[in-house]
Amino acid sequence: MESFEPIVVAFCCHFCAYTAADLAGTMRLQYPPNIRIVRIPCTGKVDVRFLLEAFEKGADGVYVAGCLEGDCHFLQGNFRAKKRVALAKRILEDVGIGGDRLEMYNMSAAMGPRFAEVAREMTERIRKLGPSPIKKQSRGEVTSPLRV
Amino acid sequence: MKAGSNLEKILASGQFVVTGELGPPKGADVSVIERKASLLKGNVDAINVTDNQTAIVRMSSIAVSAILIRMGLEPNMQMVCRDRNRIAMQSDIFGAYALGIRNILCLSGDHQKFGNHPTAKNVFDLDSMQLLQTVKRMRDEHKVLGGDEIEGPPQMFIGAAANPFADPFEYRVIRLAKKVASGADFIQTQCIYDMGKFERFMQMVRERGLHQKVHILAGVTPLKSVGMAKYMKEKVAGMEVPDEIIARMKSAGKEKAKEEGLNICVEQIQRLRQVEGVHGIHLMAIEWEDVVHTIVERAGLLPRPEA
Amino acid sequence: MIVAEGKPIKEILAMIDPYDKILVVGCKGCVTVCSTGGEKEVGILSSALRLARQAQGKNLEIKEVTLERQCDTEYLEPLREYIDSYPAVLSLACGAGIQFLAEKFRKHPILPGVDTQFIGVTEEQGVWTERCQACGNCVLDRTGGICPVARCSKSLFNGPCGGSKGGKCEIDSQVDCGWQLIYDRLKELGQLDKLEIILPIKDWSTSRDGGPRKRVREDLKL
Repeated sequence: MESFEPIVVAFCCHFCAYTAADLAGTMRLQYPPNIRIVRIPCTGKVDVRFLLEAFEKGADGVYVAGCLEGDCHFLQGNFRAKKRVALAKRILEDVGIGGDRLEMYNMSAAMGPRFAEVAREMTERIRKLGPSPIKKQSRGEVTSPLRV
Repeated sequence: MKAGSNLEKILASGQFVVTGELGPPKGADVSVIERKASLLKGNVDAINVTDNQTAIVRMSSIAVSAILIRMGLEPNMQMVCRDRNRIAMQSDIFGAYALGIRNILCLSGDHQKFGNHPTAKNVFDLDSMQLLQTVKRMRDEHKVLGGDEIEGPPQMFIGAAANPFADPFEYRVIRLAKKVASGADFIQTQCIYDMGKFERFMQMVRERGLHQKVHILAGVTPLKSVGMAKYMKEKVAGMEVPDEIIARMKSAGKEKAKEEGLNICVEQIQRLRQVEGVHGIHLMAIEWEDVVHTIVERAGLLPRPEA
Repeated sequence: MIVAEGKPIKEILAMIDPYDKILVVGCKGCVTVCSTGGEKEVGILSSALRLARQAQGKNLEIKEVTLERQCDTEYLEPLREYIDSYPAVLSLACGAGIQFLAEKFRKHPILPGVDTQFIGVTEEQGVWTERCQACGNCVLDRTGGICPVARCSKSLFNGPCGGSKGGKCEIDSQVDCGWQLIYDRLKELGQLDKLEIILPIKDWSTSRDGGPRKRVREDLKL
């Protein structure tokens, strides 16, 4: 069986998660190349629509990474994101994609290692879950607009 | 005399009245009615027949009332506003009178959410106040609500419920006054455990002179266990149970609980007889009808007067 | 506004099962205000429906449109240009809008994507509650601006009933007792004497009970 390389989209807030990603890079920490980072000003910007569309466009997994609870640069943004992620998980469950393919994480700008850890965790989780159900017929062929 | 019922006559004579209650069977089994009725016979002056109480479907109150009449007993037919519109209500009132029923108690009715058919539509075409007005109009003006003359007006003795413990407390007496103005001849209250609060309520009633316009029967229910006392305190809407009562039931222990419950009940009745404006009691021995005789006897209320 | 709630996705999927191409139509009126059927919700639902189909290995083509309103003919006409390309239409408007679409576009099955619930208000962001039952005969002047039909679970006109406790209704401790609200309000207004009056028996014929209703302004008819 050919090994499956998941495509995981990570919505990272500029102030914490994206900075942590930068730091992970500077620290030369290894994390899987499967992660596609999308930088947003705050996780509060994330709309349920983005999360679903990511799956429509071929993501096998998605996560939203924001500041630690209570430390959001824009105060409530990450709490709003948390609720929207919860709603999107329920929708994904209802439509047969699976709520497990979506997750919310929190970290501070200094947590380079945590960023790498989350990236590994999510990639492994999605690898075990297999390709997104919308790719069933394609059997590992790249059928989505996103290039590997 | 408005209706000439046993209940009305005894109240008119100034004697202390005792009414009981009978919950119809959840089906067409008449033997249940006969059993409960025989326990009440001779111990009460009239028997309330509930109308799909707690929104649980039971034999209709008009049918059970008619069966009681066949048994030589006097029913007090309850009618709620939840299940019938004004057409059905007036029709049932005609039928009830034709079957010999002379006492009617007009109530709002528990919301169907509590019962075994929570998805039913509720009616509430009229509220209890307006139902009182309707029965009074039928009896005194010989007209139905739409204006037509009645062929054979129902001469009913009209009752209403009052709950001195529901909120807002300050408004309860005003609501009672409205019920009297709407046509209530007698009132039965929700069961009372907080004597002090009830006495304060009666004081407000007397200040308005209502005790001279309507007969008030105080509701009494014997407690079977501390669990029952707690349940009534916490789960039953519009019920107040003072902590002393709970304490008494608790310290009686499992063995003596029923006995203590009876003691409390008899004490309550004796205290209520002293309250000016209380013309009787409404004894609701819920699913404990066999204890009615004991209570009435111990409270010194036997034998019941012949009307 | 009219408040509605989105139907469960599984129910919608069952409704659209025979079709592989649908038009999803939202409304910028009431359903946008209660976040059920506006542009955003049309987008989210469409995305979810496509994902669901694709997860089954099938396809679903959706055109997403949000109209100004679905209860006025003028705003529906633009659909005529392309509606024939779609075998079915899923509307997220209130029941009135959905029905109007069905009347104006007779060759297309119009499916309801929402359950229309009540006439209400936004109590706070994300919370909408019922205020009016459209009974056709308003008594708000006599009850301190609080409706006994909509806010009393039994629609009593001379309440409260014996089940009112702590200002809450017997059916649910989260539901306010409408008559407690009326009492408090009239007290605030210094109009408690209004409660001494017995409100008369209601004429329900102006309500749904009298049959489907109609309002006409002759001076406006062309």
